[in-house]
Amino acid sequence: MADNEKNLLEVSHLKQYFPIHTGMGKTTPLKAVDDISFTIKPGETLGLVGESGCGKTTVGRTLLQLYKPTAGRIVFDGNVLFDSGEVYDENDQPVLDGKGNPVIDRSRITHANMMPYRQQMQMVFQDPYSSLNPRMTVEEIIAEPLDVHKLCHNAKERHEKVLELMELVGLNAEHASRYPHEFSGGQRQRIGIARALAVNPKFIVCDEPVSALDVSIQAQVINMFEDLQEKLGVAYLFIAHDLLVVHHISDRIGVMYLGHMMELANADELNANPIHPYTESLLSAVPIPDPETARHAKRIVLEGDVPSPMNIPSGCPFRTRCRYATERCAIACPQLTDRGNGHYVACWNK
Amino acid sequence: MERDEKGMPKKGMFSAQVDLSKFSFEDFAPATDAEKAQQEVMGESSTFLKDGLRRLMKNPLAVASLITLIVILLVIIFAPMFIPYDYDGIIKVGGKRDKGMSNLAPFAYSEAEQAYMEKTGESLFPHIMGTDKLGRDYFVRVLYGTRVSLSVGCIAAVMVLIIGCIYGSVSGYFGGVVDMVMMRIVDVIYSLPDMLIIILLSVVLKESLKLDGTVFSALGPNMVSMFIVFGLLYWVGMARLVRGQILTVKQNEYVLAAQCIGTKPGRILRKHILPNCLSVIIISTALQVPSAIFTESYLSFLGMGVSAPMPSLGSLANSAREGMSSYPHLFIFPAVVICLIVLAFNLLGDGLRDAFDPKLQR
Repeated sequence: MADNEKNLLEVSHLKQYFPIHTGMGKTTPLKAVDDISFTIKPGETLGLVGESGCGKTTVGRTLLQLYKPTAGRIVFDGNVLFDSGEVYDENDQPVLDGKGNPVIDRSRITHANMMPYRQQMQMVFQDPYSSLNPRMTVEEIIAEPLDVHKLCHNAKERHEKVLELMELVGLNAEHASRYPHEFSGGQRQRIGIARALAVNPKFIVCDEPVSALDVSIQAQVINMFEDLQEKLGVAYLFIAHDLLVVHHISDRIGVMYLGHMMELANADELNANPIHPYTESLLSAVPIPDPETARHAKRIVLEGDVPSPMNIPSGCPFRTRCRYATERCAIACPQLTDRGNGHYVACWNK
Repeated sequence: MERDEKGMPKKGMFSAQVDLSKFSFEDFAPATDAEKAQQEVMGESSTFLKDGLRRLMKNPLAVASLITLIVILLVIIFAPMFIPYDYDGIIKVGGKRDKGMSNLAPFAYSEAEQAYMEKTGESLFPHIMGTDKLGRDYFVRVLYGTRVSLSVGCIAAVMVLIIGCIYGSVSGYFGGVVDMVMMRIVDVIYSLPDMLIIILLSVVLKESLKLDGTVFSALGPNMVSMFIVFGLLYWVGMARLVRGQILTVKQNEYVLAAQCIGTKPGRILRKHILPNCLSVIIISTALQVPSAIFTESYLSFLGMGVSAPMPSLGSLANSAREGMSSYPHLFIFPAVVICLIVLAFNLLGDGLRDAFDPKLQR
């Protein structure tokens, strides 16, 4: 592809299965992330939405190699971080050998040492209460990445860098010697963001960074994310379950359901013109501020519960709750296909 | 819709809508800098240790035990310097051995001593706890016995702390197969009958230890074998405790954050995980001391402990057993000291637990 050079992060056919022990010596894979592909350009924000347990967080953590991926390929800034070597044909279908096992190109298998990339990829965590060590001061927390990567040569430089970072995220520099429990949720999240920014990364995974905060604080923190992106040019993978928040901050949005990517499109395009039935129902659930409009809005209520990720339906994972499901949906899983305008949808019927 | 004189919709009886007419324009003025500064004020910063100590100082039982322990410590360190008697020397009066010195009651003087004091006019140092069968000052012997017992307790606790912490944290942090193998070893050691092993080991070690010429020779082979036994056997409880604690602390997102930063496992353990297990470790170390003292007294009582003439609280109690009906004080003094130390450490341990682990508070 010609625009490969421009991508900061390229993820293709990423799979993350967790073995679950089900009885004596038996394990069943829990398919947390199943065959997900996307790209992120420098300075861009990709939003990732989906209900609880659909694998959004796992995607973020797998990207940073906090879990070892089961299969797939992750390329960051032109360097292959992980490659399990599966071969895919031009239709993006896995090439199988005679016995039905995927063909593996052994020469491509890579599992890079992450240490140099930890400076370029960082993460902001969901829960500001458990993501900061209660026994460390704010200064120690923010300076830890500086120490680990030996970015500061002396104590004075380190202190100055910490104060600079605190200022950047809107914290009072006098509070550097305080402990996390002395701060409010929003302030704690700012500490977490300062820690992620300390190494000057190009890419930050924001794992539901605002869902544990009050609505008023959410707005502040989101605006700060936007300001920081403007100032520093970082790219975000912004994981959330609140569509309004994601729409506000993202350039593009991906919708996930049970470990699969259902729809991937420009944020405004997705909001105005959702194609996948799951996205439709998600968008219809967003509260509308004007009661007059809300009265006439059509609410699409999904039937049933999310199937267990241990036992995902055959074919399209959404078919058990889909209004348009046909026999074809049960047979094969639809691939993400381009519907024009960079709008990708995985659905047979729409 | 009904409207009031200002054209606003009339408020319903149960409406939660704010009545704006009750506010003046000044109420909505932006906060001044002084008012904003007021919101900025935070309480005094306090660390984990300060916080815990403050809570500990509010617990009267813990404070009393702490004071008791400090007093005992000061007395056993400094008192022998001022008392003119030796723990292994038979008391001499005017340079001559005194046959009437044995089994004196507390604060009593022998006839020879009384005669000596009358003759020279100088007053001899009283035998605070009397004397033993061989005519040695019993107070000094109890002091030395307490020294031995306390140091056995503390050294055993430190050994258990070091071995248990390292073993438990490796097992808990790396998990998986490593954890399984390490914990099965712990299970095997745990299932051995402690007392039997201690007695067997101290008998065997006493024979095989060659201590002459080393710093340990002053301690005697019995003491050294006792330390080895404590080191070999008693760490398993601590290892299990630390492992369990680490498994819980490991789940916190700050550990994931540290991994994400690229922190090495050793540093994650030292900086993130162990400090958060500290309360449990402190408490169980404090509770380890009395249990080691108890075991030492027990072994000395059975004759497996320190070698004569060095006394320990257990061996003092043992030798007093023979004349217990005639000279009960010889038994009571060491027994009371054992009780005091064990009780004080246990109460202090409880206090520490309440102070450092608020979740466990009753």
